[in-house]
Amino acid sequence: MPDLTTFCAGIKSPNPFWLASAPPANSGEQIMRAFDAGWGGAVWKTLGQPIQNVSSRFGAVDYRGSKAIGFNNIELITDRPLETNFKEIYEVKKRYPDHAVVVSLMVETREEWRDIIKRSIDAGADGLELNFGCPHGMCERGMGSAVGQEPTVNERITSWAVEYSTVPVLVKLTPNVGDIVPHGLAAKAGGAHGVSLINTIKSIIGVDLDTFVPRPVVGGLSTNGGYCGAAVKPIALHMVGALAREPSFGLPISGIGGVSDWRDAVEFMLLGSSSVQVCTAVMLYGYRIVEDLIEGLTGYMRDKGFSRLDQLIGRAVPQFSEWGDLNLNYETVAKIDADKCIGCQLCVTACHDGAHQCIHPKADTRVPVVDEAECVGCNLCQIVCPVTGCIEMVPVDNGFSPATWNQHVGEGATLRPKKGVH
Amino acid sequence: MDSPTRPAPSAERAEGVFDDFKPAYTHSQALVEANRCLYCSDAPCIQACPTGINIPEFIRKISTGNVRGSARTIFESNILGMSCARVCPVEVLCVGDCVYNAMGVPPIQIGKLQRFATDQAFEAGWRYFEAGADTGKSVGLIGAGPASLAAAHMLRRLGHACTIYEKRSVIGGLNVTGVAPYKMKADRAAEEVDWILAIGGIDVQTGVEVGADVTFAELEARHDAVFVGFGLGPDSRLAVAGEDVAGVHGAVDFIEAFKLGPVDLSAVAHAVVVGGGNTAIDAVRELIGLGVPAVTMVYRGVEAGMSGYLHEWKAARIEAAQARWQTQPVGFSEAGGAVTGLRCVKLDEKKQPIAGSEHEIPCDLVLLAIGQSKLGASLASLDGIRLDRGRLVVDAGGETGRPGWYAGGDCANGGKEVVNAAAEGQRAALAIDAWLKAGHGLRGQ
Repeated sequence: MPDLTTFCAGIKSPNPFWLASAPPANSGEQIMRAFDAGWGGAVWKTLGQPIQNVSSRFGAVDYRGSKAIGFNNIELITDRPLETNFKEIYEVKKRYPDHAVVVSLMVETREEWRDIIKRSIDAGADGLELNFGCPHGMCERGMGSAVGQEPTVNERITSWAVEYSTVPVLVKLTPNVGDIVPHGLAAKAGGAHGVSLINTIKSIIGVDLDTFVPRPVVGGLSTNGGYCGAAVKPIALHMVGALAREPSFGLPISGIGGVSDWRDAVEFMLLGSSSVQVCTAVMLYGYRIVEDLIEGLTGYMRDKGFSRLDQLIGRAVPQFSEWGDLNLNYETVAKIDADKCIGCQLCVTACHDGAHQCIHPKADTRVPVVDEAECVGCNLCQIVCPVTGCIEMVPVDNGFSPATWNQHVGEGATLRPKKGVH
Repeated sequence: MDSPTRPAPSAERAEGVFDDFKPAYTHSQALVEANRCLYCSDAPCIQACPTGINIPEFIRKISTGNVRGSARTIFESNILGMSCARVCPVEVLCVGDCVYNAMGVPPIQIGKLQRFATDQAFEAGWRYFEAGADTGKSVGLIGAGPASLAAAHMLRRLGHACTIYEKRSVIGGLNVTGVAPYKMKADRAAEEVDWILAIGGIDVQTGVEVGADVTFAELEARHDAVFVGFGLGPDSRLAVAGEDVAGVHGAVDFIEAFKLGPVDLSAVAHAVVVGGGNTAIDAVRELIGLGVPAVTMVYRGVEAGMSGYLHEWKAARIEAAQARWQTQPVGFSEAGGAVTGLRCVKLDEKKQPIAGSEHEIPCDLVLLAIGQSKLGASLASLDGIRLDRGRLVVDAGGETGRPGWYAGGDCANGGKEVVNAAAEGQRAALAIDAWLKAGHGLRGQ
């Protein structure tokens, strides 16, 4: 049986699945139910000076019948009294000593940081997460992403927290920056024990076509929110991977952003996350999704022969490369399995209109033909094909030795003739 | 000339007891189904549709919330798209060719989605088409059924004046008088007729029989082209002894009677329907729905040899229809002038009577659904008109051998679906337009 015991920046949990700091981790009662369902840890909804929230708060992107593939919110940090939160943190840790309770924090002054960190640790926090990420509301008051977007401020406040804390400190990074690496390095310079990312992406989720008000609507107005949910996973994976492959970084990462199932979680881990945080999928479907997360991860580890998480964490990082180091002489072409083809010809239109005009209809059959001499191996046909395994991208032995752009420019390496250039 | 008569209120029509066999989609159901559509390229469903509706496009427009555009896509190809959504045998047309079938996935319910879009267009009163600029040309159309209506609507879009001559007082043809009521009722079909005529400039003259009230020569003197869409004639008869007793009816006649008015079947304990086509299956299901306790189909072939659609027959079986295969009526028994039984013989594989197999099926109602007579012979006196066993022979554009005379629908195809009539009517309209624009015309020749 694979061991899912997780160590992330010195924080131990029975599995890598943590509730992210958000509505599902708003109260002790919720978090205890989540732990009962199987969650390994929780990052408590951000504590600070309790705020007043608006109504409504959430918006979503639906696509072709799939609800909420993307999600955003304009909710702020906790609106509950700090004393209540600390009392509940104490209760949770007393009843669930083996589960990880990380407390997310967002305050302004050094004194406030000192005070809230002490109270959190006194209540039993296993770790702290500094919320330098919220891109709505709190940033207008000089907190959240306003901190995360300024490496010098990030480093300064991180250093305060590390100074006052006796438990590991994670810095939660905002994705609303051009390059994530300097921000991760700022947290490291401040002494953080790890980072968690991504927080939400600044967004307008949509506009009401009848009232002309962006959503979510608050009394005839709206504001930008934080975008999250399944749709943001690729952005999050990139940022996690970018830090994981940065040689001067080297801190543990708690991965966040669009994790909806165990496959997503494994991807985050393969790109360097040692724990994975989930919010939107729980908001949409509840704590119960953790059963599949655990089972799927366990099954995957069995299939791959992994017994511990460190055998998979970061396994994809070496293969995350620069474009200039990709082999330009590697060539694939699309092959259509005529027995599986149902004749929808979506590949024909996609190739003709969206790619390189090399898949053609053929008389007397609905199965299209690939002009392999023209096929650039772009994958578009495989992406639009509704039948699993019908279109395969097959490598071609073109006789050319591997050659990257960097080798071509630097050493004059020979490139194969271009295809699909007409 | 009379005014067209409208179907009586639903409560006065026996067909009012039927519910839809395929209930209308709710908005949520339509969205779920529309989102399943793969939006195929050069889709097989389009090719399977006689009117060539761009099905993936209209379905996609449902999914995007552009239902107004969805219905436009449908009507652009088939102005009878509302009724076809209900009455088309989609199982053997568009739905039957959905690529999902090859994937082992339930095919898209195209008919129900088409109904969703077109119903909404009717309810919202969206209108899409206007009459074209007047060309000064006039087309006479014989018969006010789906073929003529489709032709006339397209001719009006192209700017030609239209006069429809209908010998009966009811307009709309079999779409009003003959469609199984669990698919569409007469009043809904009549609404569609009004919707089509609302393009304006279509003069419908009811109670006028061409060849009698208006001569062919008069017709050619009044119009620049003629479209024949008069459908089929009365129900065929068995031509066996005793056929004239009370309780024996042609199926098409009987169906029209309960669609347009009341019928009293309370005294019928056992009905027999003779035939194995779609009208026979409809009649069986209709009699069951109207409350006849036992209904038996009598067909001279085997089950697999029926010309009716298998999916329709399966539905009839589920509704407890009975059948006698390889059975041929040879006579009727009667008491007091009313039928009491159908005398039959069994047939062998070569459809020859088996000696000693004579038997009687007790019954108090017999519907004959063995086809309808062809009316083409009524035009036989006109030079150039060609007939094939009573059917008008036309080319791909609906042109008969007589210049300026076009035909479509059941009178030309021998009896097919509403969608075929709509397709043929529209195609003929385009051919007529091309012919007129080339400088031809019957008037003044």
